Amino acid sequence: MGQVINIQPITRIEGHASITIELDDQGNVSESKVHVMALRGFEKFVEGKPAEELPRIVTRICGICPWQHHLASNKAVDRCFGVTPTRSGRLLRELMQTVAHAEDKVLHFFFLAAPDFVMGPDADYSVRNVMGIVKAAPELARRVVKMRYAAKMILEKFAGKAIHPVAGVPGGFSKAMTEEERREILSKMQEVLDFALFTMDFAKKEVFPKYLHEVTELGVIKTGFIGTVDPEGAVNFYDGKLRLMKPDGAYTDFDAQDYRDHIAEHVEPYSMGKMPYARAWNEGFSLDLENPKGIYRANTLARINVADKMATPKAQAELEEFREKFGRPAQFTLLHHWARLIEEVYACEHAIELLEDPEITNPDVRAKVEPRAGRGVGCVEAPRGTLIHDYTTDENGLIKSANLIVGTTHNLGPINMSVNQAARMLIKNGVVDQGCLNKIEMAVRAYDP
Amino acid sequence: MAVKVAQEWLNSCSGCEISLVDMGERLLDVLGLIEFVHGPVLMDHKYFGQLGGGNHLQIPEAVVGLVSGGVRNEEHLEVLTEMRKKCQVLIALGACATHGGIPALANSYRNDEILDRYYSTETTDKPEKVPSDGLPNLEQCCTALDENVKVDIYLPGCPPNPDQVFAALIALLDGTPLDLPAKSVCDTCPTVREGKGKVGQLRRFLQPPRYGAPGEPLGKMRCLMEQGILCMGAVTRGGCGGEGLTPRCLVARVPCRGCYGPVKENGNQRFDMLNALASNGIDISTLPESVSFLRFSGAHGLLRPSRKG
Repeated sequence: MGQVINIQPITRIEGHASITIELDDQGNVSESKVHVMALRGFEKFVEGKPAEELPRIVTRICGICPWQHHLASNKAVDRCFGVTPTRSGRLLRELMQTVAHAEDKVLHFFFLAAPDFVMGPDADYSVRNVMGIVKAAPELARRVVKMRYAAKMILEKFAGKAIHPVAGVPGGFSKAMTEEERREILSKMQEVLDFALFTMDFAKKEVFPKYLHEVTELGVIKTGFIGTVDPEGAVNFYDGKLRLMKPDGAYTDFDAQDYRDHIAEHVEPYSMGKMPYARAWNEGFSLDLENPKGIYRANTLARINVADKMATPKAQAELEEFREKFGRPAQFTLLHHWARLIEEVYACEHAIELLEDPEITNPDVRAKVEPRAGRGVGCVEAPRGTLIHDYTTDENGLIKSANLIVGTTHNLGPINMSVNQAARMLIKNGVVDQGCLNKIEMAVRAYDP
Repeated sequence: MAVKVAQEWLNSCSGCEISLVDMGERLLDVLGLIEFVHGPVLMDHKYFGQLGGGNHLQIPEAVVGLVSGGVRNEEHLEVLTEMRKKCQVLIALGACATHGGIPALANSYRNDEILDRYYSTETTDKPEKVPSDGLPNLEQCCTALDENVKVDIYLPGCPPNPDQVFAALIALLDGTPLDLPAKSVCDTCPTVREGKGKVGQLRRFLQPPRYGAPGEPLGKMRCLMEQGILCMGAVTRGGCGGEGLTPRCLVARVPCRGCYGPVKENGNQRFDMLNALASNGIDISTLPESVSFLRFSGAHGLLRPSRKG
C-alpha cells in the first residue's frame, strides 16, 4: 500500500467525520472512505421513557435541526396515542419549523459554505472561514448576522427555547399566539424574506457564475432522490407523502407510515453511521461510481428534484429558472447550495402565508391526549433531509421501541461516492495540495452533514 | 493583541456552538477581540497536519479552550487531553461537558446493548460485526470533562444561554471574575406559589396548565408543581433565561426538565427531586419512572447499567 491521506476532522460541517484516502504506488487514488464516528444510542436509551417526554429528549440528536426532531417526535407520539392536533396547534408547529428552516439555511450558506466561494477554495485555511468573511466584507457580515438573529429570536421569544425547543406537545402546541405576537413576527418575517431574495440575487450574480466549472465536475454522481410533497406535488417541510425518485426521474409516492417497505439500511465496516438505500428498487446496495445500486439522496436538491413545483410564487419562479438550466432531476452535487437558497425563499414566503391564516391565533392549540399502546411514524423534512421517527408504546404510554432515520444518514452513501469521485479526479500522480484536499471536503459540505 | 481561542466538540449535538452564534451582533464584537486557532465547526485546522500526513493529533496553543460534549470514545479523550495540554483556561461548555447531558442516558445500558439495538433495528441489514475500521473504540460509559481532566470554568445548560457565554468570554478577556447565577430555577421563576398544596399525585404533562388569556403574564400563572405537573425547577440551577431571567421552558408554559444541571455542581437531581416530592406528601410510587430526572446529569457515575441485564 502507498501513501495514506487522513483528512481529520472534516471541518465546517455539523457532525463528526473524517476521510481517509489511500494512494497506490503511482500516487493515484485506490480507495477512499468517509468515517462517521458518532454513535450515541438514542434508539436504545429512550426505551422505558414516557412517550410525551421524547420530543424533549430526541432534540439532542442535532442542535442545528432540533425543531425538526422535536416535531417528527411529536407527530410519532400523536399517532401512538391516537390524537389529531388542533388546527392552530398544527399551524404553530409548522410555522416554527418553517422559520427554523429559514434560519438554518442562512447559517449554512454564509457561515459554513460561503468561505469556499467568497474567499476561494484555495485560500489559506487561516482566512478561509467566517472570520475571513467578516474582515473581507464587514457590511455583508453584519447584515447576515442580524437577519439570522432576527429569525432565531422569533423562535426564542415566542417558543421559549430556540435550540432544543419544548413548545410542541402531543396534540398540538403548548401556547397560543396573540394578535400582537402575530403582527410582530409577520413584520420580522417580511424583513427576512427581503434578505432571502437579496441572498438569492447575490449568489446568482457574485457566487455561482464564478464556480460553474466546479459545479459541473466536483463530487458529481448519479443517484435517486427522496423528499416530501403536498397533495399538489409541491415541496412541504412539515407533512405530505414521501416521494422516492429513481435516477431517471420515475417516482413512487407513499405514506411515511410504510417507510419500512421502501427503505432499508446497510452497514459498512468503516462507518458507525448506517447507509439507507431503496429496498423497493430490489437491486441491493452498491456505492460503485459507475453502477450504484439502491442509492438515493435527501436534502435540498432532493426535495426540489422530487417536487413538481414550489408552493409559493417567488420560489416557483426560482425553481423554473433552475430547471431551465439544470433539468429535472438535477444531479450536480454543488447545486445543493443553489437549491438551499430556493428553499430559503420558499420558507420565508410560506411562513408569511401561515401567519396570514386567521386560524393561527385560535387559542385551541392542544387536543386532549391519553397515553395508550400504539405505534406511530412521525416524518418531517429536516434541512438535511427526510427525518423519520418510529415509536411503539406500551399500555402506559412508555416507549417500547424506537427506530430513527435522520436526514444526513440518507446521504452517507452518496457522500462517500462524491468524495471518491472528487478524490479520483483531483489527486493524480501523487500531487496533493491543501486546495485540492479542501475541494474534496467541499463535495461533503454541499450535503451540509 | 487578539486572545487565542481553541474550540472543540466531543459527544455533542452542536447546539452549544449554535448558542455561541446566537449572541447576535455581539458575536461580531467578540470576533474582533479573539483569534480562533482551532475549531472544527468554524475553521479548517486539521489534527494531523493540513496535508493529512502527520502521526500525532495536534492542536495549537491557545489562552482559552472551549469544549462542548462529554467523553464517549477514545478519540474524544485524546482530543480533550490535547486541549487541556494546549489551553491555559479550559471551559466546559454546556450540560454534556459539565454533567454528561442527554447522551449520558446511555449510561443506563452496557455498550453491547446499545450497539445491538442500533445495528438490528427493523430497517437495518444486521452486519456480522460492529464497524471498527478506522473508528475509535467506545469508552465504558459517557463521562463529563472533569472526570478526565481539570476544568477551570463551567457553563451549564442545554444549551447555555448566549448571554452567559458572552459574559464568560468578556470576563476572561477583561480579567474580571465571572459571576453566574447560583440559585435554583424556582428562584428565578415568576409563577405564583401559594405554599404547600394538596397535590398528592402528579399528572403527566398531557394536559395544559391552567392560566388565563394567552397573553397573560407568567406572574399570574400558578406554579406548575402546585398545579400537579412535575417540574424540576426546585432541583435545577437557574440562569437559563439569561439577562431576561424568566426560565425558558416556562415562557412556553411547559415545566422545567433540569437542563442546567443540579443547583450544586455535585448534586444529584434524581435524589433531590424524589426527596422534594416525598417531603411535599407526593406519592412517588405513582411516577412512571425516574431515570429521566437524571436526563441531563447522568455522568459522574449517577446512571449505571442495571445488574439484572
